[in-house]
Amino acid sequence: MEPNGTQNVLIVGVGGQGVILASDILGVVCMNRGYQVKKSEVHGMAKRGGVVYSHVRYGAQVLSPTIEPGTSDVLLAFEPAEALRWSKYVKPGGTIIVNSRKRIPPAACQDRRMDAPTRYPQGIEQALRGQVGDVRQFDAEELAVEIGDHRMCNTVLLGALSSVCEFELQDWLGAIAASVKPKTVERNQKAFLAGRNAQFAAMRDSLPSEKCEMSRSVTCLDAPEIAIHDSWCKGCEICVVVCPQACLKMNERNRAEVVKAEACIRCMLCEWMCPDLAVRVQ
Amino acid sequence: MATAISSPAQVLLSGNEAIARGALENGIRVATGYPGTPSTEILESLARYDSEHYVSWSPNEKVALDVGVGAAVAGSRALVTMKHVGLNVAADTLMSVAYTGVRAALVIVVADDPGVHSSQNEQDTRMYARFAELPLLEPSDSQEAKDFFQLACEISERFDTAVLLRSTTRLSHSKGMVTLGTIQPSRAKEYEKNLNKFVLVPSNARVRHEKVVERTGLLREFAETTELNRWEKGSSEIGVITSGVCYQYVKEILPDASVFKIGLMNPLPIHRLRNFAASVDRLLVVEELEPVIEEQLKANGIQAEGKEYFTRLGEFSPERVRAGFQKAGVLPMPKAPETAGAAAAVKENLFRPPALCPGCPHTVPYLVLKKLNALVAGDIGCYTLAVYEPLAAIDTTLAMGCSIGMAVGLQKGGDGTRPVVATIGDSTFFHSGIPPLIDALYNNVKITVVILDNQTTAMTGGQEHAGTGKNLRGETARTVDIATLCKALGAGFVEVVDPYDVSAVFRTLKSAIQYDGVSVVITNRPCVVSPATIRTTPYAVTAKECNACQMCMNLGCPAIIWTEEMHEGQHKVTIDPVACMGCAVCGLLCQTNAIIPLAADPARRTV
Ligand SMILES: Cc1ncc(C[n+]2csc(CCOP(=O)(O)OP(=O)(O)O)c2C)c(N)n1
Ligand code: SF4
Ligand code: SF4
Repeated sequence: MEPNGTQNVLIVGVGGQGVILASDILGVVCMNRGYQVKKSEVHGMAKRGGVVYSHVRYGAQVLSPTIEPGTSDVLLAFEPAEALRWSKYVKPGGTIIVNSRKRIPPAACQDRRMDAPTRYPQGIEQALRGQVGDVRQFDAEELAVEIGDHRMCNTVLLGALSSVCEFELQDWLGAIAASVKPKTVERNQKAFLAGRNAQFAAMRDSLPSEKCEMSRSVTCLDAPEIAIHDSWCKGCEICVVVCPQACLKMNERNRAEVVKAEACIRCMLCEWMCPDLAVRVQ
Repeated sequence: MATAISSPAQVLLSGNEAIARGALENGIRVATGYPGTPSTEILESLARYDSEHYVSWSPNEKVALDVGVGAAVAGSRALVTMKHVGLNVAADTLMSVAYTGVRAALVIVVADDPGVHSSQNEQDTRMYARFAELPLLEPSDSQEAKDFFQLACEISERFDTAVLLRSTTRLSHSKGMVTLGTIQPSRAKEYEKNLNKFVLVPSNARVRHEKVVERTGLLREFAETTELNRWEKGSSEIGVITSGVCYQYVKEILPDASVFKIGLMNPLPIHRLRNFAASVDRLLVVEELEPVIEEQLKANGIQAEGKEYFTRLGEFSPERVRAGFQKAGVLPMPKAPETAGAAAAVKENLFRPPALCPGCPHTVPYLVLKKLNALVAGDIGCYTLAVYEPLAAIDTTLAMGCSIGMAVGLQKGGDGTRPVVATIGDSTFFHSGIPPLIDALYNNVKITVVILDNQTTAMTGGQEHAGTGKNLRGETARTVDIATLCKALGAGFVEVVDPYDVSAVFRTLKSAIQYDGVSVVITNRPCVVSPATIRTTPYAVTAKECNACQMCMNLGCPAIIWTEEMHEGQHKVTIDPVACMGCAVCGLLCQTNAIIPLAADPARRTV
């Protein structure tokens, strides 16, 4: 607790993971326990796969709706890279609970150079441990899928959070019942208990090591050369359309022409698709 | 949902929900606005209450304000909501309603976005209040958001003026506990004609301007006594003048300082501030964005420090306010942070820009426009995300509705080597795309206008508009058909195309850019996440067929990611079956037939 007795919980994840609902439920639990509560998040771009966060603060009196870095009691991360992004918010002696399922953004898969790696941080767990002693990583999605609904992942994680909070089980189950759609109350409560029990079952130290080592293939190719047999080309434009790298263009005589040979990634589509065998990639 | 409560009197409400509640407790009869983050949820929340007030989306902020002014002139209390940049659109009406005044309360809620979380700029609405000489109230939490609404109504009627209520992203989207009052029925006063007041011909306008100056004088006196402004006595060493959410940060970080909290931002209580300044050894101003308070203090000869420690840029937070006090020497400097070298290196790869959803109907038109080497004047909406790699198909994005007019300029002022195309969403088209289309048609400019009709206002969370067939309360409404409208304006080339049909989009756009005049192409697939989630069988990649050509990766679909299996130095791909919504577009692009519906692959049916 901070000097003025405010407790801070930061919940983070990626758009669509249910961060906000989870923090709403925590807010209800705190309020029903008679605490003052403030919570803060930013909607907008977040929905489209961007970063989502929710600050929850409770205590006798809460002023700022946001948490200062280095003062959060708990960081509940729905995704490993997001845990890393927000880890500086955790106070010394605080706890990080993290879902081990990665969400690799499409932006991480765009480097078309030979053997370029996926742009996703490696060694997250060590980095987290280097900062905060108490790191609890587990696969929440697996538990959710066991219950039969991958969307319950957020409730599983909330269950894990409950294992480090002061509130009674009944407070949580009641808040869940009050906050989710009536049809899904039972499943959500089950998911909550799965996450909670998994934590209590001391999953905390046996952490699966990072699997995602780069397998670098060492094919070394010279810069490709695209040759177009001008008199065979009848101007159907197929190669221009199929080239994923836009290396080709129709020229003013309506014949295909190479404009960006350096961008070629040797996928061979133009050569394969040309009905007149006019294109060669070497 | 999260408003479930233990005691009936207190609930957890966001700033926006609290404003809506304030409107109800003060008998608002007409409420209008145009969606815009972070203001959108005010009207949405109001529409969920079952009462007889009129609540509606207007096509743009100016229309919304016109409706609000009309209601207030008729004698009913009115609320108008918008985001900060929306006030630019409504500014013409705003500057004049400042002259006319009202007959019943008119509260204009404007939500600013310091830090540009989801906007095109971070302009400060307090400057508008000074420009238009309108009172502006600035609450600091949800409870105040509701309480200030009542005071806004009282000021509006007592001083015969529209009132601005300023929120910020942090206030609008933070939840706090609110004590509820009772909902008041709305009533309309009897109509009274008053030509001198409500018809701004020059002779009347001159007289009304005098009234504005007179009113500002009265408001200045009021500012000196109102409880909206609060002097909180503390240590005499440091005095802080602050407002809005920053007040909370200041109280948390300097609990012992003397604080002057400003709730009525315009006009300022200069006499009280002068006394406050005299009561402390050092005076600091903590205000987000522009130095509105600080400059007025200085203009009145009151010494204060502010922007040298607290930046004009971006959003404040407890840590930034603390750093400001440290810089000012009020708090000790922190120890130099330890260098977390390894962690920093790992963090370099932490980037997660927002992207178009899996199956978004905006994807293919941009893929094709890039192929056609078009010069694309973009607009504001989800489709703005096509500016990022790999689509990277947009040349300009400025403000709402700018695309078509800019395309005219790009065509007339350009070198003519690339086809010029404007892309605009349906909601944005209704907002401010129709007059520029008239301009293009009137002057017969050779441009293509692509109207991306996803049948909703998606960027702001899926609001209805004039083209969706529903109103804000979800009831059936009249629909304006975009194709019919364009034809009625005289467009000779109007084609509707299915944006999932890659070759149809290609063919249609190709003939559109060759058309000699204004060509209009309208896409017709709904947004896949709002108002309803659309999903069919997900697709899957047969790894042995994939030759890593990266064609599907050109879509930027978030469901398609790399595997670590390589083919000639390139990553093969895989599809996340949970994220994929089954639009089939990647399958159409795949030349090796590696992408097929998940259900068609017996080996993978169990996922
Ligand atoms: C003047 C102004 N008002 C409101 C907004 C907020 N805003 C951003 S995009 C958008 C609407 C987008 O709707 P549409 O054009 O249909 O595109 P979609 O997001 O559905 O693809 C709105 C209202 C703004 N940026 N500027
Ligand atoms: S919300 Fe709708 S329009 Fe916006 S990116 Fe997603 S699918 Fe596309
Ligand atoms: S079918 Fe392909 S393009 Fe469409 S959502 Fe699924 S993975 Fe993305």
